[in-house]
Amino acid sequence: MEYILIIISALIVNNVVLAQFLGICPFLGVSNKVNTALGMAGAVTFVIVLATMVTYLIQIYILNKLGIAFMQTITFILVIAALVQMVEIILKKISQPLYQALGIFLPLITTNCAVLGVALLVIKKNYNLLEGVVFGAATALGFGLALIILAGIREQLELADVPDGMKGVPISLVTAGILALAFMGFTGIVK
Amino acid sequence: MNQLQNFTKGLLRENPILVLVLGTCPTLATTSSSLNGLGMGIATTFVLIGSNVVISLLAGVIPDKVRIPAFIVVIASFVTIVDLVMQAFVPDLYKTLGIFIPLIVVNCIVLGRAEAFASKNSVLSSLVDGLGMGLGFTLALGILGAFREIVGSGAILGHKFIQGDGILVFILAPGAFMALGYFIALVNRIKKAK
Repeated sequence: MEYILIIISALIVNNVVLAQFLGICPFLGVSNKVNTALGMAGAVTFVIVLATMVTYLIQIYILNKLGIAFMQTITFILVIAALVQMVEIILKKISQPLYQALGIFLPLITTNCAVLGVALLVIKKNYNLLEGVVFGAATALGFGLALIILAGIREQLELADVPDGMKGVPISLVTAGILALAFMGFTGIVK
Repeated sequence: MNQLQNFTKGLLRENPILVLVLGTCPTLATTSSSLNGLGMGIATTFVLIGSNVVISLLAGVIPDKVRIPAFIVVIASFVTIVDLVMQAFVPDLYKTLGIFIPLIVVNCIVLGRAEAFASKNSVLSSLVDGLGMGLGFTLALGILGAFREIVGSGAILGHKFIQGDGILVFILAPGAFMALGYFIALVNRIKKAK
């Protein structure tokens, strides 16, 4: 039951993009087409789950043990950067099709604040390893959900007559605002 | 390029938020009131100046291949300093801004300036550039925060001027997206009119 609550909460109620404002850059950057949005969502999910696990173990077994929890920010960002590189190299070696689908998005992920954000939130919320991983996966799926919905809307917007000044980023932001309004309807499902 | 130009380009012509659209996450998340926005802006400005200066000093030493990780370590160090200082001296603001303080590390503006400016220019130019970009960021956050606070809760810098609530949606998530969208549209319109 507890895990279901974490999943629903992270997936829709406290959606990572629309309610917590993490990962807005890729949210605006790669939401032009549904296909690229799918690729990005896949890559982000992969990295977030992996990064959550690794950073959690590092926090518990290294930083806390040595009493250097203040090194958290520096350690986590380096671990994430290294992890992304590693995933890229491994994917290239073992699965060409997957690499071709996710490859171009991987370098962008280091600077996706959702990855570092989730890693920090898991520590802050005192989750255990399994809860942390479930939370990470659900958050990543929430990111994918928001990204794919916005991409779907933006494909339609291409055909719409948007005023000059509103073209591009502004109209996407306003659309995202309306989407966030819709997601607010879920507030209250989970306390 | 003279120093004055380095300074002013960050404020208006290349404003990181309203023109370059970088660092949108903290912009949306911390502007529910003008004070939060300004606090975030000042924290980021400090990191920008510090990392710009150190990176321009180290530019000759860092090998080209590992420059990005090296930049990130420098930036993360400054973020840790800000994090600890804010925790000690402004605990309330620290609590409100929450994980967005450590997340300054992944703010595209900071790494962007390190890569595009500080690694190629003199220490003084980098310092001025960091200051200008930081103030431009703070300015945009302050304006957006003030707008959302006035419309959303009917207050300026925490002082209420109306009875009851404002248009609440503007201090919640949807209002953040829409307000920033319309601000960028306004800037586009002004740029076009010139």
